Amino acid sequence: MKLIILNDYDQVGEWAAKYIRNKILRFNPGPDRFFILGLPTGGTPLGCYKKLIEFYRNGEISFKYVKTFNMDEYVGIPRNHPESYHSFMWNNFFKHIDIKSENTHILDGNAANLVEECDSFEQKIQSAGGIDLFVGGIGPDGHIAFNEPGSSLLSRTRVKTLAQDTILANARFFDGDMSKVPTMALTVGVATVMDAREVMILITGAHKAFALYKAIEDGVNHMWTVSAFQQHPQTVFVCDEDATLELRVKTVKYFKGMMHVHNKLVEPLDPK
Amino acid sequence: MPSNKYVSDSTIIQFVNCKILREHKLQRDDLWVREGKILDPEKLFFDEKRSADQRVDCKGLIIAPGFIDVQINGGYGIDFSQATNDVRGGVALVAKKILEHGVTSFLPTLVTSPPNIYHKVLPEVKVHSGGMEGAGVLGFHLEGPFISLEKKGAHPEQYLRSFLSDGISDLIETYGTLDNVAMVTLAPELANSHTVVRELTGRGITVSLGHSVANLSQAEEAVQCGASFITHLFNAMLPFHHRDPGIVGLLTSDQVPHGRTVFYGMIADGIHTNPAALRIAHRAHPSGLVLVTDAIGAMGLPPGRHTLGQQVIEIQGLHAYVAGTKTLCGSIATMDMCVRHFKQASGCSVEEALEAASLHPAQLLGISHAKGMLDYGGDADFVLLDDALNVRATYIAGQEVWRK
Repeated sequence: MKLIILNDYDQVGEWAAKYIRNKILRFNPGPDRFFILGLPTGGTPLGCYKKLIEFYRNGEISFKYVKTFNMDEYVGIPRNHPESYHSFMWNNFFKHIDIKSENTHILDGNAANLVEECDSFEQKIQSAGGIDLFVGGIGPDGHIAFNEPGSSLLSRTRVKTLAQDTILANARFFDGDMSKVPTMALTVGVATVMDAREVMILITGAHKAFALYKAIEDGVNHMWTVSAFQQHPQTVFVCDEDATLELRVKTVKYFKGMMHVHNKLVEPLDPK
Repeated sequence: MPSNKYVSDSTIIQFVNCKILREHKLQRDDLWVREGKILDPEKLFFDEKRSADQRVDCKGLIIAPGFIDVQINGGYGIDFSQATNDVRGGVALVAKKILEHGVTSFLPTLVTSPPNIYHKVLPEVKVHSGGMEGAGVLGFHLEGPFISLEKKGAHPEQYLRSFLSDGISDLIETYGTLDNVAMVTLAPELANSHTVVRELTGRGITVSLGHSVANLSQAEEAVQCGASFITHLFNAMLPFHHRDPGIVGLLTSDQVPHGRTVFYGMIADGIHTNPAALRIAHRAHPSGLVLVTDAIGAMGLPPGRHTLGQQVIEIQGLHAYVAGTKTLCGSIATMDMCVRHFKQASGCSVEEALEAASLHPAQLLGISHAKGMLDYGGDADFVLLDDALNVRATYIAGQEVWRK
């Protein structure tokens, strides 16, 4: 694991965006060689998306030969609902860049057969050749995507019922009316993300600090599903100071000491 | 901006680098158009998996819905109330020229006239969409002859009429037809007016109160029967009085049926309404304000003397006087001038100024699902303006019909 500790939210977004940019550029995608990216939604990756859009506008990167797979989507709300993850991805990312619609994949929460939809999503990832880099976030309860506490660490893309806490927390996006909040979601499984060749997790804020501690300093445990990535050979955790508040001083000092090495990963690449 | 070439119907055009007026705010967002309608790009992306065929760089300009003028009597030497041999040509000429002012739809207005004029003129022009040839005609605005003698203004006294029988017969006898009529201005204090207001409203024709000495109760009754507009507020009506506000009182009346709005036309040329009065009206009822030009045939003509029909007019700047006098004979301001003047005089926001010329008239006419807004599925009638609200280009059905 590489633990990248930065000062604040904005720096996390920028570092992560540069990392993704460099990964894509080094991969050198083309018409028969797509870069496959797994993507999250939510407040944490917003800063990263903004930076990636900036890099696209500057001409530093193109998404023409990039395919994306999103982690999750609500079940049962219209695709153009302002809170759907389709809307989130369109408004915050896709509409600002040059990605082709047929290269984006988001689970369809309105599919006639949800199980088939999930299986077909797994198939599509396989057909694309697997995911090169899966970007994700972490919930305060240590979940990755909608793999809430107790989700099997070997789980695959499936239908999940949302926890009461999650529904409560989401009510603010649905006019404060709990009855309007979706109760189910489709989500990639823990193992689906583990299958990616590389995983990058973004964590910002003090409210995520305990989850980060559980994820990297405690054992692998299905109650804190992000801990599964301790067994992945290529994981990068990118966090801000506040998110380190529950870690050991030793851990923080160790990884801060490596920043000069890790920062090389985000330096601008020499033009080929 | 590239000039418009012939494009196939399903070409998708994306207007980028612009500020669009949407949901009452100017937002940095792209505008997508296909087959003359505003397109939802998110649906296009996820459902059809298509992207734009053509991109137009708006270089930071504002995109607002096209302006709608519900009271314009002519322009460029054309007077709509004259039964010439080429009524259609006259309307078409004005329709073409007002594209330069950002107007994409209008109501050619006829002042009080004898029946033979209506019978000759009305059948000549049908409701039709705009395009390269000019702004679209949404129907006629018939201002009179069922108005008050005391408030006739410049209307010819001998052609004023009242509702003698059941009202509708008077309308048909006078106008000949109600087809292609979008609005009628009348004085509600005339006897039998209630039946008329109800009948017209029932036919989808907007009823406007004007050239009237009605008191507030009479005006409120007319609104309850269906009237929804006030023709050039303050002009040709009783002045506001604190014990009987008259028609002006409709702006804050509590007798307006729930869910309905009373709109009012303002000639914001800086001449016909004192800016302080404009501000009072705007502050009392901002969502009802509709900018109108009430332009006469002299609008668009160069300064100096012109003979229009029986009159000799002298144009000095924004004033049109009866030649040799200081008597105003009508407005010659253009719609974009009115928008700029309204913003400056009222201190309102850019969004409010633009909506007074687009959204509000569309709401008044009951067509705001298609016009007056840049919502998905609406008609792609819009205007490109700079930050000072000067018109740079006009589009109808997604096609550029005028460029500065």
